[in-house]
Amino acid sequence: MSKRVFVTGLGIISSIGKNVSEVLDSLLNSRTGIGEVKILNTIHRDIPLGEVRYSQLELAELAQISQSKGFTRTSLLGIIAANEAVKNSGIKVRDDKRTALISATTVGGMCSSEDLYLDFLNPESKNNLEYIDTHDGGDSTEKIAEHLGLKGFITTISTACSSSANAVMLGSRLIKNNLADRVIVGGTDALSKFTLNGFNTLMILDKELCKPFDENRVGLNIGEAAAYLVIEGEDSCKERNAKIYCEVKGYGNANDAYHQTASSPDGVGACMAMQKALSMSKLTPEMIDYVNVHGTGTPNNDLSEGKALANVFNNKIPYFSSTKSYNGHTLGAAGAVEAVIASLVMNNNFIPPNLNFKTTIHELGFSPVTKLMTDIKVRNVLSNSFGFGGNNTSLILSAI
Amino acid sequence: MDIFINGVGVISPQESNSGFPDNFKNYSAEYLKCIEPNYKDFINPIQLRRMSRILKMGTAAAKLCLTDSVVEMPDAIITGTAMGCIEDTEKFLSTMIENKETLLTPTSFIQSTHNTVSAQVALMLKCNSYNYTYVNRGFSFESCLLDAKLMINDNEANNILVGGFDEITNNHFSITKKIGWWKEPINSFELLSSKTTGSIAGEGTAFFMLSNCRTEKSYARFAGIKTFFMPSDKNEIKENINEFLTENELSLSDIDTVIYGLNGDIQSDKVYYSINDELFNHSNSLYFKHLCGEYHTASSFAFWIASEILKYQHIPEILFVDAKQKSEPKNVLIYNHFQNRNHSLIILRK
Repeated sequence: MSKRVFVTGLGIISSIGKNVSEVLDSLLNSRTGIGEVKILNTIHRDIPLGEVRYSQLELAELAQISQSKGFTRTSLLGIIAANEAVKNSGIKVRDDKRTALISATTVGGMCSSEDLYLDFLNPESKNNLEYIDTHDGGDSTEKIAEHLGLKGFITTISTACSSSANAVMLGSRLIKNNLADRVIVGGTDALSKFTLNGFNTLMILDKELCKPFDENRVGLNIGEAAAYLVIEGEDSCKERNAKIYCEVKGYGNANDAYHQTASSPDGVGACMAMQKALSMSKLTPEMIDYVNVHGTGTPNNDLSEGKALANVFNNKIPYFSSTKSYNGHTLGAAGAVEAVIASLVMNNNFIPPNLNFKTTIHELGFSPVTKLMTDIKVRNVLSNSFGFGGNNTSLILSAI
Repeated sequence: MDIFINGVGVISPQESNSGFPDNFKNYSAEYLKCIEPNYKDFINPIQLRRMSRILKMGTAAAKLCLTDSVVEMPDAIITGTAMGCIEDTEKFLSTMIENKETLLTPTSFIQSTHNTVSAQVALMLKCNSYNYTYVNRGFSFESCLLDAKLMINDNEANNILVGGFDEITNNHFSITKKIGWWKEPINSFELLSSKTTGSIAGEGTAFFMLSNCRTEKSYARFAGIKTFFMPSDKNEIKENINEFLTENELSLSDIDTVIYGLNGDIQSDKVYYSINDELFNHSNSLYFKHLCGEYHTASSFAFWIASEILKYQHIPEILFVDAKQKSEPKNVLIYNHFQNRNHSLIILRK
């Protein structure tokens, strides 16, 4: 279990950019991707979304797929980001049995099936048959695996909003157990009317830009994204003299076991996840330079997470911000999006500010970073991802 | 490190939650449905009213397994499901389409996520430990087994509750029938003699307690798991089987019993027959999908069958593909594939 695991490749597409350099540029310029609905065919025009502003055909082109019938938006986003991560790392994956893929999704192919469902149900209709078997969570993962020609272990995780943080965790465990040399880990989720309406019924969507960790926050904005990291064991890195972004130093998974959708008032599960990650990393809380919080912007999450932070860091809270104010909450992709951001933070010596913040949460008494910090050495980042069902995961990524 | 199967909880189209039933049920319906228990025995009636069928089946099977294993609090809960909670998904989706995105209520949305069952079990037990859900088609249950194996090897857990579940609904059945997944209704016991493509649809939920120590409850040992994706030909499958056995320090001749995922599809079953002829002629050849139907996590039903066979050293006649019993069951291999894409190998030992 002592083998070290490093991040050697990054890939991302979200509302703030179609690749790593565009996303970095947006973060350095405090540019949000959340705005008016342009792509999703919904009646809820008054709810802002973090949309990737490309059509199906444009995404297919970015994914270098000539015949995109049978490819859902979730799959296309996934292929684009996974392609970039693999290319960025310089590894050869085709037919390699020692490269695994752990992907995450919550929406899966719902982005297509919600438009085609009546057609699916009509026994006479022969239209869109190629989309019937794309509804499930495994479809996007298998599309990526086929596209990259993978022969190693593949699987898909769906633990709501912590899904892709769990993908990073499982990938690291596979490497430590010598079941793979390299793992492509991450997640993909396209926007769908299903999730938009679902969150809307829960009355946790902000009709303005979300204000994570603000006293007057009212809810989240949902977004779409895919993000993948290539993680690699130390021998494999040495062997090919790989460029290393950072190290996966710790991770922790716990269940809040409080409520199907709400977090416990004191963030019991969140505390446990952070403490497990810290203890694995052998870092003390003071050594954490930056926390990329889950910070959805809902009254419930931010207070509960804030209390957990106060508890774990004994009221000496490190710099923190929620980058969901840029991408929106990208659900199953969020953990990987934020792991990519953590890698960028450490390699570019900056901390992105939490957008739209005005007032400190009274009960907490501490505030996120609100101005871009540059020329700052960030050595250890804690990244939180908490989800429905109480599924909580924390990751610690460290500069080398 | 040895991993013991110390408890089972099964809800399936057969009349048993553990231990082989006296008589196996056959079906001539379009699909096989689970025989559901009286849920009031397991779940508080207030909760029960809001729960969908798969959520009830999942939590009840988990509870049966906890009782069977005499473990009150597992150190991890890991579930696998390809389609998740279809009924609630369909409910929210249809209402959303019908009402044009208005007048929706959250319950079915909340319960539509794939992790609903594992979260519900955690909630019932107030279990704060590791909690995962895998959703990769024919690799879903297999991924749980691999994860549990890693946890036990790394000394991260003593008792792990793993479960596989998938449900069938009318709509899901008719949609997937359009792409050739299912046969016209046949007698389920004649699954292998239909000579047509497609299988017979089914469903089920099966939970197991995997532990690092033997108890008087122990059914068998879970020795190994391997999955491989879209093998290009038969040789690649054989190569994977040989590698897997070597990793587990077993030879072909050590495998006395093979449980195949034969599902009656004349095309996709071919690979099972040729693997049987070329590698496992000496072994007992068994199958199980005539008892539970085809679904993505059907290998969890096979895992249960193998556990019972090893514990009681008895193979019910109905499981044999053709020949009679050739040897005592000690090392059982489960070889399953879904749509010739997701291939998996699982070994259980006495």
